[in-house]
Amino acid sequence: MTARVAKWPGVELSAADLLEGKVTQTRFRPDAKYAWSAGEAISRFLEELQAGRLIARTCHRCERILFPPRMFCEECFRPTDAWTYIRDTGTIETYSVSYLDTDAKRISEPILVGVVSLDGASPKMGMMHYFGEMTKDEIRIGMRVRAVWRPAEERKGSVLDIRYFRPLREGER
Amino acid sequence: MRKVGVIGAGMTIFRRRLQETGKEMCFEATRMALDSAGLSIGDVDMVVNGTAPDAFDGVHMKGEYLLDGCGGYRKPYTRVFTGGGTGVFSTIAGWWHVASGLADVVLVVNEEKMSSCQPHPQSVFAHIWDPILDRPLKPNLVWIFAMEMNRYMTVYGIKKEDIARVAVKNKRNAVGHPCAQLADANITVDDVLKSEVMAWPVQRLDISPPSDGASAVVLASDDFIRRRRIKDRAWISGVGWCIDSTMWTDRDLVFPEYVARAAKMAYGMAKVRDPRREIDFAEPYDPFDYKELHHLEGLLLAKKGEAPTLTREGVTQRDGDLPVCPSGGLMGVGNPIAATMGMKIGELFWQLTGQAGKRQIPHEVRTGVSQAWGDLMQYGCVVVMRA
Repeated sequence: MTARVAKWPGVELSAADLLEGKVTQTRFRPDAKYAWSAGEAISRFLEELQAGRLIARTCHRCERILFPPRMFCEECFRPTDAWTYIRDTGTIETYSVSYLDTDAKRISEPILVGVVSLDGASPKMGMMHYFGEMTKDEIRIGMRVRAVWRPAEERKGSVLDIRYFRPLREGER
Repeated sequence: MRKVGVIGAGMTIFRRRLQETGKEMCFEATRMALDSAGLSIGDVDMVVNGTAPDAFDGVHMKGEYLLDGCGGYRKPYTRVFTGGGTGVFSTIAGWWHVASGLADVVLVVNEEKMSSCQPHPQSVFAHIWDPILDRPLKPNLVWIFAMEMNRYMTVYGIKKEDIARVAVKNKRNAVGHPCAQLADANITVDDVLKSEVMAWPVQRLDISPPSDGASAVVLASDDFIRRRRIKDRAWISGVGWCIDSTMWTDRDLVFPEYVARAAKMAYGMAKVRDPRREIDFAEPYDPFDYKELHHLEGLLLAKKGEAPTLTREGVTQRDGDLPVCPSGGLMGVGNPIAATMGMKIGELFWQLTGQAGKRQIPHEVRTGVSQAWGDLMQYGCVVVMRA
């Protein structure tokens, strides 16, 4: 592309070159462990999950109901003011039908996953979660859903205390 | 502020695996950029390195690790990182070194070596998510693209085949690129639509896979360019960058507001009042085909939901009214994250100085825009360049 450069550098290797040891390599596997302090807002959020409830924080200045809860409002840049429970029903904002697991390995039964905006929080505020009791052909954006909780004795104070969100049944609000 | 020009560019080939180490790749790309500018390392005042998550290379302090290959030792040297946005952002960092008057000549060197991470770099992408809110769900990075793509398609009623046209255009454009990993002169929309479903609506040919590569550009002040009588130069006339909240489940993914804010900042500096009329060609960030469309809207080059129409009507082809990713982009050349600077900044330089060879846009172009995108669907950066 430029008159002064003729060669485009780089030597390509195939996967086989690595697997068959044709290339000199060194290997290393990190062994790092982490424990995260959840902080004030998320600690309360996790305790409430264990009790089968969803909780948010309100900011009196912008009048938003912030979910997931936080101790400061990033919009007003001031501390938030109060705790408030929100509902465990909501609306599917978007979703994917995934044939990949965490490591990009192929799986045959797809995972239904997406974002739910929750009733009682400010518009569009919600969480990522799985969907169940629906097929990949039934799921759609705008679908009304409700959390399916694990039995109380199995809950651990984790987003996984909700197993998934299922479609709202007839007559349910 | 001083006027800053790009006076040289270089890049390695992009491949799934390269034999060279990260340092060696940086050295090759840097030497090529210096050669093309007709400079030696002694002419360089300061060096900026751009490279994405340390976990790919498996070396923390990656900036320090790559230093010698970037020509940065015993010089003022900084590594910058804005996720996928690094491909354009490092040039913005280089620009402020020169625009401020601190340096006359700055090297910007970007690198990514994703093949070191075994068995697949996807496993370290898991570490970008919030450890408490997101990670227990075992998310895969492709999910966030799938969720954003689905929202974009559903809100505007966009068909998958209109998105697939972007993959076809870029993989065909890349046929003229000497570094391309994913060029395909014969690919069709049908090939994309029939490729393996990974996380619907994302299929295998909607994605650019992991890659190894490095790229470099040389920036200089207008004083230096005049003094050294450098003819091949393209001026950086506007820069902008912006990031949205980490709370990604609290915003509508249908429109990249942060890209629009970055674009307005860059257009304001470059005195571009009507981008659709004044921008001659664009290199938006296209790690997935729909991202090109999403970003054309964020760059205010298409109205919301209308970028697929421009693509369908051929407006964004190399010989169209608004050529988009004439380099072949990430979809065609490849996606070694930060090293995509070779297509985003390098291509603007080569096109604006008439050095793009087989990829040269057939009509005269005087103003181009490039853009990159990163972090957790929240970061945008934009550079406007003029001939």
